[in-house]
Amino acid sequence: MAQHVHAQSSAATLDNPVLGAGQDYETITEAVAQIPLSKRYSFGWVVGLLIGLAGLSALQLAIGYLLLKGIYIWGNNIPVGWAFDIINFVWWIGIGHAGTLISAILLLFKQQWRMSISRFAEAMTIFAVACAALFPLLHTGRPWLAAYWLFPYPNTMGLWPQFRSPLIWDVFAVSTYATVSVVFWIVGLIPDLATMRDRATSNVKRMVFGTLALGWRGSARHWHRYEVASLILAGLSTPLVLSVHSVVSFDFAVSVIPGWHATIFPPYFVAGAIYSGFGMVLTLAIPIRSAYRLEHLITMRHIDNMAKVMLATGLIVAYGYGMEAFFGWYSANPYERFMLWNRMTGPYGWAYWLLIFINAVLIHVLWFKSVRQNLKLIFVLSLIVNLAMWLERFVIIVTSLHRDFVPSSWDMYSPTRWDFMMFFGTIGLFVTLFFLFMRFVPMISMFEVRTLLPEAKVHVPHGHGGHGAGH
Amino acid sequence: MQVNTDKTGLYGLMAEFDSAQGIVDASIKAVAAGYSKMEAYTPIPIEELNDIIHKKRTILPKLVLFMAFSGMATGFTLQYWASTIAYPMNVGGRPLATWPSFVIPSYELTILFSALTAAIGMIALNGLPQPYHPVFNVERFSLASSDKFFLVIEAEDAHFAKEQTGTFLQGLGAKGVYDVAE
Repeated sequence: MAQHVHAQSSAATLDNPVLGAGQDYETITEAVAQIPLSKRYSFGWVVGLLIGLAGLSALQLAIGYLLLKGIYIWGNNIPVGWAFDIINFVWWIGIGHAGTLISAILLLFKQQWRMSISRFAEAMTIFAVACAALFPLLHTGRPWLAAYWLFPYPNTMGLWPQFRSPLIWDVFAVSTYATVSVVFWIVGLIPDLATMRDRATSNVKRMVFGTLALGWRGSARHWHRYEVASLILAGLSTPLVLSVHSVVSFDFAVSVIPGWHATIFPPYFVAGAIYSGFGMVLTLAIPIRSAYRLEHLITMRHIDNMAKVMLATGLIVAYGYGMEAFFGWYSANPYERFMLWNRMTGPYGWAYWLLIFINAVLIHVLWFKSVRQNLKLIFVLSLIVNLAMWLERFVIIVTSLHRDFVPSSWDMYSPTRWDFMMFFGTIGLFVTLFFLFMRFVPMISMFEVRTLLPEAKVHVPHGHGGHGAGH
Repeated sequence: MQVNTDKTGLYGLMAEFDSAQGIVDASIKAVAAGYSKMEAYTPIPIEELNDIIHKKRTILPKLVLFMAFSGMATGFTLQYWASTIAYPMNVGGRPLATWPSFVIPSYELTILFSALTAAIGMIALNGLPQPYHPVFNVERFSLASSDKFFLVIEAEDAHFAKEQTGTFLQGLGAKGVYDVAE
């Protein structure tokens, strides 16, 4: 990350800067560090946490009853054997992808605007993956018995997983993704935890932050290894995040179900993931920056850039819909053509056209700067985008399954109250974790934002500093 | 000739600077003056400081590359062994060693092993977790993680002499020079 110091374009010279005016090392540090160190708990935060905890209780109830009764309490039944459990899994995993895109891919592209949003976007990733993982795990019915066919470990039955199955690939991809995201996030936190340790006034906080900071001193040697490790982690997370949603799409694309068996799935799923993920980052960033008065760190430039990424990925997704329809027609396969016709005009046609309207038509409002600069509009749009991306997974999964090859097995799918309870329960889990994160962890990477300041840039005369200097 | 008689119980001398450029200039001058056992502490990453003071790059990337290959080999061997030797399963007469389907778990383990090596390797090579270090004895050092820059010349340095080194650090434009107790 030597580019921090050698940035080509100074943040301060742009008309829409990534950092507000009049900032220095101390104002940046104070704005972020005072949130976890404050002794007050704001009313809004307590209410938010209580809402999250209410959802979390619902989740516990839904899981408890599920384990007691079995998965028949859900609405899935043949021919729709996969429903809410996989829709919500794909939805949550997709949301997580924006966090890794911001922290890893934009780091490789030297995008300075990633610095002030990467920490909480990554936290969003970790919490979203935690929510996602619950669904397939619980869909196995008895998760404690699923271990032997999900994970390769020597067991007394002498069984090994079926490595030719995309579901096993998914286990490897998602568990690696969860682990690497957590590791990347913790590594990113270390220097900021040292800042918290040094600024904490209460003994408890100093002890906790001090322990977590591992004795970080910020020495030249520390920083050198740290920057190398960050760059390597970013380089590893980039192919990882692209592989995760590709592998998720293989769960569908490798099967022979019309509507799933399409070669466009991997790129189309990855774009959809980033699209919905940026929707969620905006949903979180807009209230946070005003509630915690962080407008000078998360500026309109960030909102504008995120809206642009949403537009670009939304257009890729819209192209995916077009190609999916074209493949169905051009294949001349009667089952493919029927699936497509049924998806557009069948009993779930309303869901298909609603998602087409949002993702292929409504999204074009983001071409206008006046829309991208209107916080209320962008906030509402980000919620609509997440709804549309949930509908997309519903349409892909349910409409492909509910009209089977044999008309006698056709049926409709409707979720039960337990399906809804579990889905809203995971939202409660997400809200709970995010509110705890906002209050107790520095939610903006202080040391990275400090490097955006003009005074953080140094000049080294030639002939000093060995071979590494100045690149 | 022994001049360093005054360094009992002393880890070194710490100079405080206000700016990133200030500490870079001071480090260059200290290296030019012959000091080698020293370290700079900064609130932001300044990659140049490592090149100026230590002139050595970390072996971390090599470790990561090695573990990347180990991860790939582990993933592939595990799947090959499980699918063809430990638990061969005939699916429609297809071959047992279906290498293309082993690619994805091998790929994921490559990334998993490398990422864990990058993170744990960075922490371990940095000697962390380390609960105690002499620099924390200086009260002003708590600003090293917010907005101040510190250069420490260690007492072990061959050129170290408390008086002269202190004057030298003052001459570099330090805002303050402090004794660092061991």
